[in-house]
Amino acid sequence: MKTALALVVLVIGSVVFHLLSPWWWTPIATNWVFMDNMISLTFWITGFVYVVILLFVAYCVYKFRYREGRVAAYEPENHKLETWLTVVTSLGVAALLAPGLVVWFQFVTVPEAATEVEVVGQQWSWSFRLPGADGKLGTADNRLISDGNTLGINPEDPYGQDDIVIDGDDLHLAVGQPVKMLLRSVDVLHNFYVPEFRAKMDMVPGMITYFWMEPTRVGTYDVLCAELCGVGHGYMSGTVMIDTDEDYALWLSEQTTFVEMSANK
Amino acid sequence: MVEIKSTSHPSVPPAELEEVELYHATNFWTKYVFSQDAKIIAIQYSGVAIAVGLVALVLSSLIRLQLGFPEMFDFITPETYYQFVTMHGMIMVVYLLTALFLGGFGNYLIPLMIGARDMAFPYVNMLSFWIYFLAVLVLVTSFFVPGGPTGAGWTLYPPQAILSGTPGGKGLGIILMLLSLALFIVGFTMGGLNYVVTVLQMRTRGMTMMRLPLTVWGIFTATVLALLAFPALLVATVMMLFDRLLGTSFFMPSLVEFGDQLSYGGGSPILFQHLFWFFGHPEVYIVALPAFGIVSDLISTHARKNIFGYRMMVWAIVGIGALSFIVWAHHMYVSGMHPYFGFFFATTTLIIAVPTALKVYNWILTLWNGNIHLTTPMLFSLGFIVTFLNGGLTGLFLGNVIVDIPLSDTMFVVAHFHMVMGVAPILVIFGAIYHWYPKVTGRMLDERLGQIHFWVTFVGSYLIFFPMHYIGLVGVPRRYPELGDAAFIPDSVATLNSFISLAAFTVGIAQILFLYNLFRSLRKGQPSGHNPWRATTLEWQTAQTPPGHGNFGPELPLVYRWPYDYSVPGASEDFLAQNDPGPIAKGGSA
Repeated sequence: MKTALALVVLVIGSVVFHLLSPWWWTPIATNWVFMDNMISLTFWITGFVYVVILLFVAYCVYKFRYREGRVAAYEPENHKLETWLTVVTSLGVAALLAPGLVVWFQFVTVPEAATEVEVVGQQWSWSFRLPGADGKLGTADNRLISDGNTLGINPEDPYGQDDIVIDGDDLHLAVGQPVKMLLRSVDVLHNFYVPEFRAKMDMVPGMITYFWMEPTRVGTYDVLCAELCGVGHGYMSGTVMIDTDEDYALWLSEQTTFVEMSANK
Repeated sequence: MVEIKSTSHPSVPPAELEEVELYHATNFWTKYVFSQDAKIIAIQYSGVAIAVGLVALVLSSLIRLQLGFPEMFDFITPETYYQFVTMHGMIMVVYLLTALFLGGFGNYLIPLMIGARDMAFPYVNMLSFWIYFLAVLVLVTSFFVPGGPTGAGWTLYPPQAILSGTPGGKGLGIILMLLSLALFIVGFTMGGLNYVVTVLQMRTRGMTMMRLPLTVWGIFTATVLALLAFPALLVATVMMLFDRLLGTSFFMPSLVEFGDQLSYGGGSPILFQHLFWFFGHPEVYIVALPAFGIVSDLISTHARKNIFGYRMMVWAIVGIGALSFIVWAHHMYVSGMHPYFGFFFATTTLIIAVPTALKVYNWILTLWNGNIHLTTPMLFSLGFIVTFLNGGLTGLFLGNVIVDIPLSDTMFVVAHFHMVMGVAPILVIFGAIYHWYPKVTGRMLDERLGQIHFWVTFVGSYLIFFPMHYIGLVGVPRRYPELGDAAFIPDSVATLNSFISLAAFTVGIAQILFLYNLFRSLRKGQPSGHNPWRATTLEWQTAQTPPGHGNFGPELPLVYRWPYDYSVPGASEDFLAQNDPGPIAKGGSA
């Protein structure tokens, strides 16, 4: 009795906690509303299964608790029931997987209109690079990193000359403009993580990773590192601002290009 | 030792081979220290695993001290925090759970449950334990070397694992960790081959594969997985050792460390992740499958009812084991691997949910129409169902690639895997200890203390890990020693963290009750008799309790039926032992 009751309390408590929880995801700032919807859908389906199964267990524990003289049933198998459960479970799983894969296809298909933005991680700070007037990022390599060229931009590459380098300052993005975030690391694994963006991806030295998104809400957002990168991991913070087009244009006009930076050194 | 006798019974085949003489220990050293008796080795394995597990428990309390009450304790710096987290994880997964389930329960239960006198290769079995012990010593040594143990996270991802920005990366910490893992794998391989061969070769007459208790099926399949998965980890540890010590570049691309160009070049950090998770995901099932098997037997015995859908249970174990080898990259959705991998690994991962769900259904259908004794082992089994179900369902979030993207590397993941492969298997371990302790010692554990231990541990663990999911939903990343001042984290998260820490300390302290019970009952526990739970499987039918050298009397038991003949209609008692030739029930021919 006590045990069955405890199980029921646990189920109700969990559901109430879920419904009343002040701990919930931050308001989204990109186009990835689908991710939130998928989490909600998964909560509904799994929550339903959780409640039904545990209440069933509680009922069994109450109804079939030990009594002197009770004899348990003898039923090794029940093919019909087992088949039925297999089919229902498979359908439930498919209902989660199918829409998930559809959204994943969108996530891995970068739209033509996306402009490129590079994020460079190193222990324990963020730098950024935007393509200049030519719209193309120049090549870069960790081998080229030196005091005057902290991001290892290839000085021979004509595309790189007008690239805008943001070292030790905030990144700005224009609202409504899809961006392909190209991610690069100087030293170890990092992960460019802005909770409001939902999307995130590891940064791996020796390769360029990416994700895409379309910022939808003007504001200031914290950048965190989401892949353990040494003792400074918890303190590797940065800032991204999503600007209106005017603010963005103004900010952009104040930035220095790679060639200007090199000349200053 | 024994004469071959023929028995004419339709379900017991005639003997084909003569028994092989056992090794007989002659003195204290060969009997209790360098023992070749699987039961002694099991106790040695369990003792060392539980001892090192207590270290991990203390480490987890230190982690919770920091998370619940940040900046209150000067000795917890980011360096030590990462060392605590790393060692806690590694000890729990490898040195406690794997060693206890396979080395501990495997050694004790396999020979007894299949009706064998010992393991197939007792000498190799002894070596297996001592190499494991050496691995633990090397691991513990790393706490005392300059720079301390590695703080690379239990996943040991390069390049950071062997660089100076990570605690122990440039010192001995990471080297000892990798050496210890390599030793563990060598030791495990010896034990593992033994378990597999013993199950395949040494079952007593009548013990067909489809009459094996699910405990043996779980441990057997987990061992096969481990034998196939651990080599990937061995390769990874050896290569990383070379990268660290010889300057090779298996996992190291060209990189710049704090302004210095390092001489590495051409290696792939992602290759390490593939190798690690090729081991690491089956590892989840190496821990889970024995728990599945054991909990099936506990539920059936204490509900006095046959396990529901035995054949389905066996095929689910085998199916999950096979599938577990093609889901590994769901740990790498945000690793930067080719995005199209996401389609494949999300699909395989969600498919594995189906046999897993069927197992849950069969456990609860076993309760249906049973005669449920709410003994301590049964309570722990119920606790397992709750936590495993919870962790399994949150697995549907993280396995579905697009849902994983926002949640990955947050506290949601930490909550998920603790629920599913921390709390759930450990509840089974507790239940199993309460269940088999009478066979190992001849005395019962105190039931009242057991019930208190259960309720505090179960409710406490739930209060730790259920709310933790919501900290992850907020977006708090894992492996952060403190919350920092990011605007999206409300102050209430810190309050919740303090609450979780208090729950964690309570659960930690409650384990003293368990240890006290364990030692006190050795002398003061009620004598258990041979078969206190009135169970069907062979280990309860031995002539002596604890079973003597050679396990069974002069003759090995003959097996006439499957292990779940509880409450058979028409039988005089509510159970029929596997070696009981009495009325043959329907399931007996399964």
